[in-house]
Amino acid sequence: MNAISSTYALVLKDFRSELRTRYAVNALIMFVVTAVAVIMFALREDHPGNDVLAGMFWVVVFFTGMSGLSRSFVSEEERGTSMTLQLVASSTVVYFGKLLFNVILTLAMVLAVTILYMLVFSGFVIETFSIFIVTVILGSLGLASAATIIAAIIAKANTRGTLYPVLSFPILIVLLMTVMSATSKALDGLELSAAYSDFVVLGSYCMVMTAGSWIFFDYVWKD
Amino acid sequence: MKNLRLTVTEVSKHFNRRRIFQDISFSLNCGESLSITGRNGSGKSTLVKIVAGVLSPTRGSVQFYRGENALVEDDVKHELGLVSPYLQLYDEFSATENMTILSSIRASQDSEPSYREHIFNQFNLWDRRNDLVRTFSSGMKQRLKYIFALYHKPSILILDEPTSNLDEEGINAVREVAEEFKKSSILIVATNDQSEASWCSRRIHLG
Repeated sequence: MNAISSTYALVLKDFRSELRTRYAVNALIMFVVTAVAVIMFALREDHPGNDVLAGMFWVVVFFTGMSGLSRSFVSEEERGTSMTLQLVASSTVVYFGKLLFNVILTLAMVLAVTILYMLVFSGFVIETFSIFIVTVILGSLGLASAATIIAAIIAKANTRGTLYPVLSFPILIVLLMTVMSATSKALDGLELSAAYSDFVVLGSYCMVMTAGSWIFFDYVWKD
Repeated sequence: MKNLRLTVTEVSKHFNRRRIFQDISFSLNCGESLSITGRNGSGKSTLVKIVAGVLSPTRGSVQFYRGENALVEDDVKHELGLVSPYLQLYDEFSATENMTILSSIRASQDSEPSYREHIFNQFNLWDRRNDLVRTFSSGMKQRLKYIFALYHKPSILILDEPTSNLDEEGINAVREVAEEFKKSSILIVATNDQSEASWCSRRIHLG
């Protein structure tokens, strides 16, 4: 019970801090708006197919995540509050607290990208909502799990700006290919059962990434 | 007197190929105090971090006991307070907010209002308790670190460079705290200053 209340307190701390500093949110908003605008200008009157739209959707989500999700740990290192956190919370509490914060941030980011896509691209019509919802939830959880452990790894590095996307891409490629495939099926209007194999991959990815990161986190968090 | 014991057994620390220190061992019971002295770069802060559990030793172990029972990591966090130049509090929150938020994360009960007022007054920050930490001077931030270290009434207090950035009033407050603390709890002081080292009954010299 203590661990759960501590984790909740940590998530609350991060949200209160984010409201006051806008450390990650500003970066996420600016990247989403800029990326979607660039794609819109590049496509002009073209009407790409559903598979291209699905791919571009998750490309924007991926790179937006790269610009903002690392800040949960980088900000602690930059401000010198990592040691403070180590003194008050176990590595399990820190990991799940930061993971939960990143999951919520990712879901908000995906929602924003979805709304923008629906406004800007007339071809982005979600025919099978159930496939899209499950894909977004599992994809966000997978993205946040990978992003959290990689953020913890690179937080202490000097070249963290370059290192973050370089380390993230090979770990996330499986997730990205699967969510693109499932999203394409949602746009095509296929039945929910057509995406079961994608859901199995995504669910397995989330479980393996979360469990593996939790085990590994203690070695990363403490020098 | 609290029935707490700290045992450090053959702790060594290397960074890559550079040996910082080797085979440090000591044991402290409540009512005992230890100063860690040494030249710059001898590993005083590194040893302090290892004892506090924020750094892992290359070899050896640090263990806390209550009676015959070894304390787990979560229990140690409730018993230990640390003041260090490497410690920072959250600039975007006020002094009081920092204390209540960090207490929540530690899952310790918030201090009684009377105790809260006592330690804020002891370090002369009661009037600034609702101000954002980013508006504090370096000396005030150092005082706030003491409030953070003592807020949950720890049984072990570790001070790394205890009087850095403090004026005479602050130094006196720290000395009072140290004197009071070592009577019934465990006090560890890492310092270059011989007068600070003399606060403790035992000494380890590194380097």
